[in-house]
Amino acid sequence: MNTEPVGVVTMTIDGKPVKARAGAFLLEAARAAGIHIPTLCHHEALEPYGGCRLCVVDVTEEGWDGWCKMVIACQFPVKDGLIVFTNSERVLETRRVVLDLLLARCPDTPLIQGLAARYGITETSYQRNPEPTDCILCALCTRVCDHIGVSAIATVNRGIGREVAPPFGEAPPDCIGCLACAEICPTHCIPYTTSDSSRTIWGKTFQMLRCPACGRAHITVEQARHFAGHGGVSESYFTLCDACKRTQMAATFQRLQALPTASAGGGR
Amino acid sequence: MRIESFAAFEGYVEDARARFAARQSEVLVCCGTGCLANGAAAVAEAFAAALEGAPAQVKTFTKRTGCHGFCERGPLVVLRPAGVLYTKVKPRDVAEIVDKTIQGGTVIPRLLYKEPVSGQRIQHYQEVPFYKHQTRVAMRRIGLIDPTDIDDAIAHGAYRGLVKALTMTPEAVLAEVAASGLRGRGGAGFPTARKWRSCRSAKGERKFILCNGDEGDPGAFKDRSIMEGDPHSVLEGMIIGGWAVGAHEGIIYVRDEYPLAVVNLTLAIAQARDRGLLGSNILGTGFDFDIRISRGGGAFVCGESSALMRSLEGKVGEPRAKYVHATDRGLYDLPTVLNNVETWADVGAILEHGGAWFAAMGTEKSKGTKAFSLVGKVKNTGLIELPMGTTLRQIIYDIGGGVIGDRPFKAVQTGGPSGGCVPEALLDLPVDYEKLTEAGSMMGSGGMIVMDDRTCMVDVARYFLKFLTEESCGKCVPCREGLHQMLVIFDDLVAGRGKGGDIERIERLSRGMQLGSLCELGKSAPNPVLSTLRYFREEYVAHVERRECPAGICRDLTTYEIMPQTCDGCHACFKACPVAAITGKVKELHVIHQDKCISCGACYDACPTQAIRFLPKHEMAARGVA
Repeated sequence: MNTEPVGVVTMTIDGKPVKARAGAFLLEAARAAGIHIPTLCHHEALEPYGGCRLCVVDVTEEGWDGWCKMVIACQFPVKDGLIVFTNSERVLETRRVVLDLLLARCPDTPLIQGLAARYGITETSYQRNPEPTDCILCALCTRVCDHIGVSAIATVNRGIGREVAPPFGEAPPDCIGCLACAEICPTHCIPYTTSDSSRTIWGKTFQMLRCPACGRAHITVEQARHFAGHGGVSESYFTLCDACKRTQMAATFQRLQALPTASAGGGR
Repeated sequence: MRIESFAAFEGYVEDARARFAARQSEVLVCCGTGCLANGAAAVAEAFAAALEGAPAQVKTFTKRTGCHGFCERGPLVVLRPAGVLYTKVKPRDVAEIVDKTIQGGTVIPRLLYKEPVSGQRIQHYQEVPFYKHQTRVAMRRIGLIDPTDIDDAIAHGAYRGLVKALTMTPEAVLAEVAASGLRGRGGAGFPTARKWRSCRSAKGERKFILCNGDEGDPGAFKDRSIMEGDPHSVLEGMIIGGWAVGAHEGIIYVRDEYPLAVVNLTLAIAQARDRGLLGSNILGTGFDFDIRISRGGGAFVCGESSALMRSLEGKVGEPRAKYVHATDRGLYDLPTVLNNVETWADVGAILEHGGAWFAAMGTEKSKGTKAFSLVGKVKNTGLIELPMGTTLRQIIYDIGGGVIGDRPFKAVQTGGPSGGCVPEALLDLPVDYEKLTEAGSMMGSGGMIVMDDRTCMVDVARYFLKFLTEESCGKCVPCREGLHQMLVIFDDLVAGRGKGGDIERIERLSRGMQLGSLCELGKSAPNPVLSTLRYFREEYVAHVERRECPAGICRDLTTYEIMPQTCDGCHACFKACPVAAITGKVKELHVIHQDKCISCGACYDACPTQAIRFLPKHEMAARGVA
């Protein structure tokens, strides 16, 4: 971004005056004001994507003669004087079409069933997917993988044939087994197994690092190597698990507090 | 040789002109893609070989030009200065042409274009109706010049607009383009000057000029012909654009399926650099601007502006939200102007002749001329350019020569997969951006597909849906899932599995896709569906309610039979049938065997006495005929 606008803008969302940080997107502003807009492909930690189209809202401005433009809240920048309708009839209808289509794709997925039901759809109007899937192609998994700097998986193919896959459908050479993709998945549809000795995801098996203090397998070898390489710390930093690191740090503080000089100079 | 100043350029033009004027006679062989496919390369070689040994007094040069447009009659040969047009020329005709026309000065009637109505042979190409009604701006030099020779282009006026622009301030250039009323020729029709102005006023030192040569609509080939036939018109426009907005880098995004365009553009860039018309210190003015080519990977969606820019960045070519304009944050998030090939090709002419000259052509809001690829069931298939506001009737009948076989006209599809079908009742519609949009279609890429009565509009809509289903990138739900489900419904309709409520489901889904989709591909995908529903609703109703295809095209709904009282036993149907489902001896009654018939309709189209009729399959079944 070239220039980051500073200051505060004032808008109207569903008749309610809302202040927002200049440079923010509508979704953030609406949520901060307690106005709910549904999303499936949005995550605060990642760049907006605009794939699920569930966060559509109508916007208009003074002088537009009542003409409304339909935009997606996750990517539309806030603007002074903007008038937003998050629940106009055509907004609701567009969301219904989207959910109806998603229910046809993922007829057995509880998240989609629940959302669709909230919009009055219990049965899809379209052809039920003969091979039901839980993947809604929100691309959160591929985007978080990119964000971590690994890019082991990506969306492949076009149109209805689109899917999330590692390169050539083989065990991804770049995968570090961090499970971020599986954790972020809103429908929990990325399968993996993990045990004290090994972890398997995307057809690739990883050796686990065990914490020497508690014995828990907390991270894969590749993960430690990747984060050491990107985080400016040594691989040995990852030897202890987070919990044991905290325990150890607490013990250090206790020891320091017990020292007379430390307690004399206290007041932190 | 570098041209270092405006004065030197004038001298260069004079030299080039003199050189070409010294050629007393030229053979222009169309080497556009259509003519090449019909063997134009061999014709050009034959001319070159035959003319090499010709006596000096008839010194004639052979020139391989870009597309003349009249692809239906190719390979085309024009003899200059006489202007004689020969059509469907074969290598074996060359010796005769050299002997009789070039040396003897007489025409060969057999090779002249025959006007289908009067049967009259037309000698001069400008008298041929296909050419007579055209006004060429973007295609002003195509067919006249050898696209691989910059001097030929310069002798025919190339870069004169650039010279003029460089003597003006960028503001004055913007004003001239604004006065021309030029709007984007890629189809959306956004005012070009307004786009340039926003980019000019956008903050940032580094800006880009892009050319969209990713033309991918079925049946469209105007951009291809411009890039192949006169690449300098594109370069000139882009350099002027760079001067106007303050950019120094240009990129042409060409589909890799256009190899000749890539070759000719590459050559043109090298030659323009060599002459000092491109690169640093253009014509000694101190202005730097260079252009490179980027070849597309074959995804239709990469013609969409944001996907095109992602593709140029080396990322997956998928669209993104355009709430911030490309003129502010485009390629690499820097201010960018993206225009279509034809738009760029217009710019040089506008600067050369003035905005007012361009604006004098066209309608109130759509100025100038527009290129169209005229295809389908029309007699004169080809590439044309006409003033905006020309009616569909003039295009299809005066230039196109009417429907093949003089069958009834049914509809014309404009604007490719994002456009729609315009029915016969609207034939007098003046073609411009607004009128086509009002009619439920759009200007789009300038493709025009003419359809006759042997066209099922449900099937046409299904064809475009199928195309888009394969080309949707799949990023957003309404386009990916919506197109798939729409195609499922249409597959059912043409197979006789339509259900009550299908039409309403189609309309509701269309609305959701128009409002909800991420990019124009998805937003405009329902256009072919909605426009056919609007004008041919009865055909949809017939498919859904009666399981009938009124046009007799949908195979699962249609059967054919021979009417005994009309069949004269000519055997034409027997020969046309691809599956040997017809029996009968010459001069005897022929019979279609329903168990073998695949309902392709080849017999119906072949029968000279209209002795074959089609009827709904259920009627035949009700008769109990096996």
